[in-house]
Amino acid sequence: MSVNEKIVSDLVANKVEFVTTVPCKQLAGVIEKIDECKNIYHIPSNKEDEGMGLCAGAFMGGKRPAIIMQNTAIGVTINTLVTLTQYYRMPLPMLISYRGELGEPVACQVEMAVHTKALLAQLNIPTYHFHHEDDVNEFDAILKHTFMCNKPVAILTDASFWKGY
Amino acid sequence: MIRSDILRDIAPVIRDHLVVCNIGLPSQELHLIDDQPTNFYMLGTMGLSSSIGLGVALAQDKKVISIDGDGSVLTNFGTLPTIANNVAHNFILLIIDNGSYGSTGDQPTYAGKKTSLTAVALACGCEQVVECKAEDTKKALEDALASNKMTIIVSKCESGNIKVPVITMDPVVIRDRFMKQVKS
Repeated sequence: MSVNEKIVSDLVANKVEFVTTVPCKQLAGVIEKIDECKNIYHIPSNKEDEGMGLCAGAFMGGKRPAIIMQNTAIGVTINTLVTLTQYYRMPLPMLISYRGELGEPVACQVEMAVHTKALLAQLNIPTYHFHHEDDVNEFDAILKHTFMCNKPVAILTDASFWKGY
Repeated sequence: MIRSDILRDIAPVIRDHLVVCNIGLPSQELHLIDDQPTNFYMLGTMGLSSSIGLGVALAQDKKVISIDGDGSVLTNFGTLPTIANNVAHNFILLIIDNGSYGSTGDQPTYAGKKTSLTAVALACGCEQVVECKAEDTKKALEDALASNKMTIIVSKCESGNIKVPVITMDPVVIRDRFMKQVKS
């Protein structure tokens, strides 16, 4: 099973039925698999805070949501994470491409990478970092943890994990 | 008519449906006029009423009305293409368009100038878009509910606010009672 297939299979196994995405090159493969998956309603959003609003609604409507986005989105969504997702205590697995790490060809991406973990720590968001391919084996437990504790949880996935792109 | 007049007018129509209400004065006014467990009050996050409402509508079958403002729709402009391309016939977006940012002191918005939110919604691909005068909002809502078609209503009204207390209900209580109504 490929990494992309494993991620989608874990989402389905954990009854995640509503996934919003804002694309990133590293995430292209997993987004394609999500779009193909019959058990998941895939709703691309135009901006990540919009996507978190959709996810909040889906959760209250009875469906487990998830968001897939780039780490630059942390800069976009702090207010939404704090005053919607956290304030109302809603679960939200955030599968995040961690741009700006080893192997990154675009220098500007490093500028946000250096702030990513610090911002997540400041927000008290449980954060996991997938660096080796095997790290994906923890994804299932992270999803269970997220829906157990009703919090936004970050899964940072770097270029080494994706084996370049 | 100002926004609170519209809310008083439509309260009997919306009270039996799931309602997601915009941050600030709209939520505070609705809370004062007709607090219902079916109301989800936004205490933060300007702009996301339509996104939250669409999410609720896509996740279940009950009818959902998002009450939004022109300023908030301008804040989250990307919502209109998302709504247009993810049709939920149990979803109504009511944009109370008073041409101003009411909660922050009635500063003018571009929707009160050259920009038509009705035209924007149509250009984004929303198929049933109704623009009405403030006094016709109740009728427009009743028609939209009866049509069983996703509808965007742009209700043009005057700017102005009434004095209302802030909502002190805990956000988790607001969320919990709303979710119980979804399941009931």
